[in-house]
Amino acid sequence: MRPIISVSNLTKTYKGGFTALKNINLDIQDGEIFGLLGPNGAGKTTLISIICGIVNPGEGSITVDGHDIIRDYRATRSLIGLVPQELTTDAFETVWHTVSFSRGLYGKPKNPAHIEKVLKELSLWDKKDEKIMSLSGGMKRRVLIAKALSHEPQILFLDEPTAGVDVELRKDMWQVVRELRASGVTIILTTHYIEEAEEMADRIGVISNGEIILVEEKAELMRKLGTKQLTLELHSKLRKIPTSLKAHKLELMEEGMQLTYTYDTRGTRTGITTLLNDLSKAKIKFRDINTSQSSLEDIFVNLVKRSK
Amino acid sequence: MNWLAIWEIYSFEMARTRRTLAQSIVSPVISTVLYFVVFGSAIGSRITEVDGVSYGSFIVPGLIMLSVLTQSIANASFGIYFPRFTGTIYELLSAPISFFEIVLGYVGAAATKSIILGSIILATAGLFVPLELAHPFWMALFLVLTAITFSLFGFIIGIWADGFEKLQIIPLLIITPLAFLGGSFYSISMLPPFWQKVSLLNPVVYLISGFRWSFYEIADVSLSISLGMIGFFLAICMGIIWWIFKTGYQLKN
Repeated sequence: MRPIISVSNLTKTYKGGFTALKNINLDIQDGEIFGLLGPNGAGKTTLISIICGIVNPGEGSITVDGHDIIRDYRATRSLIGLVPQELTTDAFETVWHTVSFSRGLYGKPKNPAHIEKVLKELSLWDKKDEKIMSLSGGMKRRVLIAKALSHEPQILFLDEPTAGVDVELRKDMWQVVRELRASGVTIILTTHYIEEAEEMADRIGVISNGEIILVEEKAELMRKLGTKQLTLELHSKLRKIPTSLKAHKLELMEEGMQLTYTYDTRGTRTGITTLLNDLSKAKIKFRDINTSQSSLEDIFVNLVKRSK
Repeated sequence: MNWLAIWEIYSFEMARTRRTLAQSIVSPVISTVLYFVVFGSAIGSRITEVDGVSYGSFIVPGLIMLSVLTQSIANASFGIYFPRFTGTIYELLSAPISFFEIVLGYVGAAATKSIILGSIILATAGLFVPLELAHPFWMALFLVLTAITFSLFGFIIGIWADGFEKLQIIPLLIITPLAFLGGSFYSISMLPPFWQKVSLLNPVVYLISGFRWSFYEIADVSLSISLGMIGFFLAICMGIIWWIFKTGYQLKN
């Protein structure tokens, strides 16, 4: 299947000499939610800005639905909606006017029914005649999303869409994003909130220091790189870990009432059976047992650390 | 051509004018009326005629040009600078619209406002002094060309400026003095020979001279030179804007 966005050998160096992107190669598949993770200054916004036409590209090429973003900029930009990171709005305009303006910029004839639908989906309908400056930060963020959706894009870039948004609003937005994906829109999401990517994305790309250091299916990424922890709630307090159990690298926690064993899910043997046998031999009894998977955040932190 | 986008930008800018009617139209008209009172009455009582035209009537074309020049620059520079300042410029840059279309929208709106303003001032002047209009076509052509040229110039300032101070500095320190010294209130022939030659270095002299000719058939320089100068200035502005959009200067880097 042809990717809807294809970035090939993209390098971007700013006038001051700072190289923001280094030989980026990335394909985004049609209809997916792609989570682009990276620390501050990693190059996420530069990459998005180049694809959308806001920043001049350096070396390399980018196609959107098979069209070159420079030669066929009208075709590529028509397909894209962008929600920028900053809350950049026309403070003196009404919600209705600013969203309609965005649609017009994309050369689409007026369609009040569509604008109404978008505003209702984003719970902005009752604010349609209010000036943007009177809205809260979260509502302004929704206005930006409404503007990006006003021309019915096939691809939506969400650059830190829930930054500064309260938990309830964030979950509402996740729901909107899911509905968009269900309607066939490809979504590229950059975020600092790892839980957001974990919740939403089908695939994850990690960018650090201007380089893509990993692109992987989210589930596969967590399976490959994830570690699991086995936690044993002890029946009675343990003062120290017996010598016979040293090889398992256990951690004694909760004032001697909990033992934690960390193992790699990729290993052919997890070592759990041996551990349980050794515990029995050491006459250590436990009353409960549970396992937990490392989060995407742990994986992300480890990857970024390794790339530095 | 993305005509809908051009229309959207144009309408957006015109709507801003309607919202700020006092600032956009009423204020320049009041300023011009004050010029009539101060220059027309105070100086007009001492200089009765210039080249056979009453002083009050003589200054009308210059006053219209003064307002058209300054307002074209102010409207176009603010129009493009404001989205840069607020960050909403991202929307223009990421939309399927060419730079030419962006310029057409902003400069078209700024020039329209100036032409409306010029027409209002002309009508207002008619209430104070007798007016002749010897060549209406040439008058309209000069008005439109000047409005477009200086709107383009304002657009350049709006791209170049990185603060509100810079936005004001060229209109205040360069354009207004050039307009005042460009023969708005006097004929260049009234100056000593040396200053007549110096005045010919001022491009505004040619605009006002040509414009005044279309009213009273009196001019400091020939019509063809006036037209040539405005065409030259128009070409320079278009060249700079072409370069800005080719390089993305202050916009895409």
